[in-house]
Amino acid sequence: MTSRAARWEDTYEMVVGLEVHVQLKTATKIFCRCSTDFGAPPNQHTCPVCLGLPGALPVLNDRAVELAVRAALALGCEVQSTSIFARKNYFYPDLPKGYQISQFDRPLATKGTVTIGWRPDGSPIVVGITRLHMEEDAGKSIHDRFPAATAVDLNRAGVPLVEIVSEPELRGSVEADAYLKTLKQILEYADVSDVSMEEGSLRVDANISIRRIGETSLGTKTEIKNLNSFSGVMRALEAEYARQCTIRDAGGRIEQQTMLWDANAGEVRPARSKEGSHDYRYFPDPDLPPLILPVERIDRVRRELPELPQARRQRYAREFANLTPYDVDVLTSQVALGDYFEQVARQSGDPKAAANWILGEVLAALNSTHQTIAHFTVRPADLAALLRMVAEGAVSRSAAKQIFTRMVATGDPPDAIAQREGLKQVSDDGALAAWVDQVLAENPGEATRFLAGETRLIGVLVGQVMRKSKGAADPKRVNQLLTERIGK
Amino acid sequence: MSVSLDDVRHVATLARLGLTDDRANALVAELNTILGHMDVLSKVDTSGIEPVAGIGAAGTPLRPDTGPAAALARGIGEFAPRTTDGFFLVPRLSTHEDPEEA
Amino acid sequence: MTDAPDRSAAALRDAIGRGEVTVRAAARDALGRAASARAGADGLNILLYQDTDLGDRCRSVQDAVDAKRAGPLAGVPVVIKDNIATTTLPTSCGSRILEGYVSPYRATAVARLEQAGAVVVAKSNMDEFAMGSSTEHSAFGPARNPIAPDRVPGGSSGGSAAAVAAGIVRIALGSETGGSVRQPAAFCGVVGVKPTYGRVSRYGLVAFASSLDHIGVFGRVVDDAALGLQTISGLDPLDSTSAAEPVSELTTAVRGSMTGVVVGRPREYFPDDLDPRIRDRCDRALDALRSLGAEIRDVSLPHTSLAIPVYYIIAPAEASSNLARFDGVRYGLRIEGDGLRGMYEATRSGGFGPEVTRRILLGTYVLSAGYYDAYYRKAQQVRALIARDFARVFDSGVHLLFTPTTPTPAFELGAKSDPYDMYLSDIFTCTANLAGVPALSLPIGRVDGLPIGGQIIAAHFDERQMFAAAYALERSLGAEAHQ
Repeated sequence: MTSRAARWEDTYEMVVGLEVHVQLKTATKIFCRCSTDFGAPPNQHTCPVCLGLPGALPVLNDRAVELAVRAALALGCEVQSTSIFARKNYFYPDLPKGYQISQFDRPLATKGTVTIGWRPDGSPIVVGITRLHMEEDAGKSIHDRFPAATAVDLNRAGVPLVEIVSEPELRGSVEADAYLKTLKQILEYADVSDVSMEEGSLRVDANISIRRIGETSLGTKTEIKNLNSFSGVMRALEAEYARQCTIRDAGGRIEQQTMLWDANAGEVRPARSKEGSHDYRYFPDPDLPPLILPVERIDRVRRELPELPQARRQRYAREFANLTPYDVDVLTSQVALGDYFEQVARQSGDPKAAANWILGEVLAALNSTHQTIAHFTVRPADLAALLRMVAEGAVSRSAAKQIFTRMVATGDPPDAIAQREGLKQVSDDGALAAWVDQVLAENPGEATRFLAGETRLIGVLVGQVMRKSKGAADPKRVNQLLTERIGK
Repeated sequence: MSVSLDDVRHVATLARLGLTDDRANALVAELNTILGHMDVLSKVDTSGIEPVAGIGAAGTPLRPDTGPAAALARGIGEFAPRTTDGFFLVPRLSTHEDPEEA
Repeated sequence: MTDAPDRSAAALRDAIGRGEVTVRAAARDALGRAASARAGADGLNILLYQDTDLGDRCRSVQDAVDAKRAGPLAGVPVVIKDNIATTTLPTSCGSRILEGYVSPYRATAVARLEQAGAVVVAKSNMDEFAMGSSTEHSAFGPARNPIAPDRVPGGSSGGSAAAVAAGIVRIALGSETGGSVRQPAAFCGVVGVKPTYGRVSRYGLVAFASSLDHIGVFGRVVDDAALGLQTISGLDPLDSTSAAEPVSELTTAVRGSMTGVVVGRPREYFPDDLDPRIRDRCDRALDALRSLGAEIRDVSLPHTSLAIPVYYIIAPAEASSNLARFDGVRYGLRIEGDGLRGMYEATRSGGFGPEVTRRILLGTYVLSAGYYDAYYRKAQQVRALIARDFARVFDSGVHLLFTPTTPTPAFELGAKSDPYDMYLSDIFTCTANLAGVPALSLPIGRVDGLPIGGQIIAAHFDERQMFAAAYALERSLGAEAHQ
């Protein structure tokens, strides 16, 4: 298999375009005042409008517009002053009106770009965004809960979405993955959506074609649906790529069709498609006059855009010069993580230490306790305080780690914990000398040899003092005290 | 442009209307007659004319992102043909794989 | 025909306000007159559902009256067309597919009537989903004209027009997409008004063709229609196409003279083959306006002949989309079939009548791939030309237009079997729907004992001027309007 895969890549280029649907985080639906809260009993959040009752009419949610414009600007798109809602007509049980209100000829935004990485020569890999438009989500159909029936829940019907369509400029599954990660990160920074594929606030459909390397025209594409994770996207693209290459290599033609990804079986297979069934008969929705966005509004949203990932990465590299590029990458991977880092860095006065602790202890703790940085038990001010305690010598590094563990469990400030558990570093020479005396007395063999000049035993002896003091002794000072006794 | 029996059947499928053969055949003639009257429009010079959109519109009004949702005087159980556990129930799609058309 | 109540809606409201009549008595009276007019299925079939359980409603309105908190329609019984959502009676749109469906919310127009104290006593018969010009296409049987029961009352709001003509109520709501209030008003000898598009909220009006649909008002006399219309007009945040224009008082639009008013007589509405008796009644009405001081001017609306083709592309196209929601899933009729697709097809073919089916197919066709530009888009462009005709005339110093409402008086049931022939009855009315301008029909005479309507058209949002002329003409014609 590997050798065949290597053979394909030498001959055929994989060309991918991605359509991403993102739920906007509004409190109410796009065309009615029903709540968008997740997890309610079925059909709890419904009203005449999102039920598609006879006579009901849509009224557009201003916040959905605000977030859609923000998303478009964050992706470098041109926002249109006038855009038009259109009806996409088809029949499905969770599509209550028998049409979806979307945008067709005149979308909200066009012509954006996203930088998804860099080539070895340092040039950026830029992917175009064809368009971003607003539309309403459909409800949920559940096929396996009742025998021979499909259960329909319209709580989700009417939740605002933006659909983001990329140019077919992704070359290969790795670029597709990078695009999705970059898109997700930008939209998270822009604070327009939860962008979670697991929760359904981010969904992906892929369009894929192949062509001989060197060809410039595009091959026939197929569409892959039912993708439910980023890794699934990569695997599905690889599988479909192999299928298309096999056909072409054998002299066949690719048929334009919809494929479905089966994550369990690890394969793509054709959806049952009916001839001529995808005529959506788009026309402008007569219930909604055009969406008119004054230039002043678009400008204001642009001015108020939060700092985006690229800008933050550049700023960290400038402001925190002793961070490595890897540090910067990890700290900017989530906006909340960077926010946390900056608070700790500012309050502790030591960005490098802050970065080390976050990349180390904090991420490990978040992982093992299943917390998110946004709701972490350890407040930035408290971690900063801990770092200052270490810097001032009030606690040793190893004590600090113990204190941190306590902080994660209890949320208590470090000073209180250190007091309570006797972890404050002891630097008092009298106390230290007493421990040194005890250790030397309890380990006569090593003591004699060390005092005679076997300096390599100092580690063992310092270790004993640390153990006897339960980590509270200042190891540097203990080291000095022991050293002073050599030859005495 | 004239409508054929295939056109009528195709359009009936798009609109989810079941048609008997008799009805379908009759509709071919009916639709052709009606559409024949529309041919006059193709001769009208409409170059540069914007199609009417949102008549009387100064742009669609925008509402705040707040509730409460419009209340229903009776619950869905009282007007839905079939519900169970709060869900609307329909016959299961023979293959529920094609998420865009049923 | 039964003895009509000689009190206008305003006078009835005042009598109730003075305690001369109780709210309950007024409601019972209306239902009693419905019975004597045989308005139900065994007679004229103009009312589909009558509310026999009005006790609570009458009590609460009476309380308001007694506490001097009465609204402008307190205690006035009204009839609502079957495609406008009410919570107390079914909303079936004259169709099997919604038979028995009781809406869980009410239309804004109904809410405003009820907030003003009106009592909804019945829902009226109509052409199925408002598609028709005779109320013969109702799934629940045709309605008959109270003036001449072998004739149609017009459509699609035939039941509401007839309820007012039969003296059951003074005010009724109907809906218009191509003339479905003005045409039955003309056929039944009552007043019918279509306001400017957006003037009255469409929230709760079951959509047929969204860009052409309007809720309209029937009145026994102009004053009844004025009172009804001003009560339901005004911006509604639940309808994105609702207009913010302030509502002017219509009941005070009465004027003695028409001096300074220029009335246009568009030549396209007076074709050579116009029934000479209708032409005669129109000329007499124009004479009356002239003698009141109006200047009558010949004008032209050159794209008028394109109105029917434009209308019959746009309306079915929008309807095909609006009626997709009737699929048996969430409300209304469900007929099981072979799987989900079978259920859709069995429900929709079992639930929709032949005219609705025809228009859905036509509409689906003109929107379908390959035909959208040639049909739908083209029709919307020509529509802009039709609207421009009106704008030009109103910009040239003309304040109002006067035309016949229909090319014929009420025809016999069964007389128009060719669908396109039926469509032509909208020829003088559908232009106002395409342009969105307000238009009103009032009785201007009779031909062979059958009522004839004259139509007054005004510029966008100029209902006040339109009503002023209607009041003046009504007063001037007097009894002649019904002879």
